[in-house]
Amino acid sequence: MIRFLLKGLFHDRSRSRLPIIVVAIGVMLAVFMNAYITGFMGDTIEMNARFTHGHLKVMTRAYAENEGQVPNDLALTEVSALKEELSGRFPELDWAARIQFGGLVDVPDEFGETRSQGPAAGMGIDLLSPDSREAGRLNIQKSIVRGRIVQNAGEALLAEQFSRKLGVDPGDEVTLIGSTMHGSMSMYNFRVAGTVSFGVEALDRGTIIVDIEDARNALDMYDAAGELIGLFETGFYDDERALEIARAFNTPFEEDKDEYAPVMKTLTQQGSMGQLVKMLDVWGIYIIAIFIVAMALVLWNAGLLGGLRRYGEFGVRLAMGEEKNHLYRTLIYESIFIGIAGAFIGTAIGLFFAALVQKYGINISGLMEGSAMMYPSAIRTRITTTDYYIGFIPGLFATIIGTMLAGIGIYRRKTSQLFKELEA
Amino acid sequence: MENSAIIKINDLVKSFPMGKTHFTALRDINLTIGRGEFTGLVGPSGSGKTTLLNIVGSLDTPTSGEAWVLDHSVGRLSARQSAQLRKEELGFIFQSYNLLVVHTVYENVEFPLLLLKIGAPERKKMVMDALEWVGLTDKVRSKPPQLSGGECQRVAIARAMVKKPSLVLADEPTANLDAANSHHILKTMVNLNRELNTTFLFATHDEKVIKYLRRKIYLLDGKIDKISEQEQT
Repeated sequence: MIRFLLKGLFHDRSRSRLPIIVVAIGVMLAVFMNAYITGFMGDTIEMNARFTHGHLKVMTRAYAENEGQVPNDLALTEVSALKEELSGRFPELDWAARIQFGGLVDVPDEFGETRSQGPAAGMGIDLLSPDSREAGRLNIQKSIVRGRIVQNAGEALLAEQFSRKLGVDPGDEVTLIGSTMHGSMSMYNFRVAGTVSFGVEALDRGTIIVDIEDARNALDMYDAAGELIGLFETGFYDDERALEIARAFNTPFEEDKDEYAPVMKTLTQQGSMGQLVKMLDVWGIYIIAIFIVAMALVLWNAGLLGGLRRYGEFGVRLAMGEEKNHLYRTLIYESIFIGIAGAFIGTAIGLFFAALVQKYGINISGLMEGSAMMYPSAIRTRITTTDYYIGFIPGLFATIIGTMLAGIGIYRRKTSQLFKELEA
Repeated sequence: MENSAIIKINDLVKSFPMGKTHFTALRDINLTIGRGEFTGLVGPSGSGKTTLLNIVGSLDTPTSGEAWVLDHSVGRLSARQSAQLRKEELGFIFQSYNLLVVHTVYENVEFPLLLLKIGAPERKKMVMDALEWVGLTDKVRSKPPQLSGGECQRVAIARAMVKKPSLVLADEPTANLDAANSHHILKTMVNLNRELNTTFLFATHDEKVIKYLRRKIYLLDGKIDKISEQEQT
């Protein structure tokens, strides 16, 4: 019987062509959308992880509570020992100390008077240790627009946009005016080694990047750091494992009332990142649900039209003794075949387009102007294992649901009218 | 039910609701058709012949009275049992052939055997035998649109006969055919009736068919008007 049904589908293109095209288009969009969401949101999450949140972050309890204000007076101390302990206990992560700071960047003229000035968001990261991976992690080398990367103490990188605004070129000297860890005013001179552009509006507006030791000197933070971030060696965030690690780290400090006690937070426990990660997890389900409903509606209508075309065939089959249940089931078998065929074609086309966008990307930097969140400047899809099968879920469900709805007419058909109907 | 009788109808009445009243399509039908008969329900349009054929074919049920077909009381059968009876024991031939147009001649004739779940080798033999009866073994790969009207009706006969049913019901089987094709078709059915002892029951008002019938049951306004028997032509 299955062979008979398949022959019918192959011979009668109008029975299979439209549904297969509908399924293929729907599946193609579902696959592409999933790869797009995974890629764009995944990049956004990873970018935020690398630049600010880490996959895990250790701060003092008080710093964590006021993290948005970057309160370096509440920073971690004895960071070297803590970093060593973390590296020993959780070797699957690479740990790095960072200091986020705010201040004014002052540009002097030849007389030492202020020529220009602007508010800066500073990052003190380990740029000079030979085993540090921070420069690579932030893609600094490739982000250099003018000049070069920091190679010596006392050097700084300015965001290209920021440096243009201040009228600063590589080689110029600038003064960072801020406040030390202990609350006194701090002024520290840096020579601009180069300018960078990350393609992330939030970073390109007013960033100054310096080596962490210089930041410590400037802010009186000896062996201190605002935060210690950990990134999985695999490069991908694992929420389950991150929560386990955070729990293991935090448990001994739960009874400690000291506001300077360290606390570890996962990526999803910081700001809106949790929502973003959850969204990434549920997005696939939304896509599937939307495409199931949309395609089922189209296929329901296609099924109704097909049912009209095949009215005579169904009548003859009922007259010959085929039961209505059996007839209904055969329509569902046909829809399964159509669903599989359409899903195969749609998945192949969807993967093709996703692969193109993964390779070449779509530049959206113009859309991100003024954005405070870190988004990548180019959309890139990311093809994952899910993309190879995700289309089969709406592809099959939609065809089956569409056929089931359209096929209900079979049960409403009066067998007693068959002779009259088939006489025409 | 008598052993030789394949159809036995007692005091059958069939009426349909028409607004607040009922329209009686068949009344006081008493009839017995024996195995191997070549019989026709003859009458003008609206005389009730298709309604009676529907009931005999277990497509419909009587309002009152009883219709026994192959020891089954049609009115008491469930939908599944009715389908089973049609699948195993009855063959249908329609005025407009009603072939499955996307399938080949072979596949059309094979379909009733697929419903009966007959194995592939036996199925093939049965299909080829049926096509041989109607002289269409050279058209196995053809599709209905490639065939003439007469050939299509021969395929329909092969499809009805392939499972060797006890009873074949034919509703105006020659209405769409010219005289030559009609005679060819009718001769084929007569031969099958003789060779396989299959009972044929027609619903017709076509003189070409009536000439071939051995027994004619004339219906008029839902009642049996007369029954006449004649020697086969």
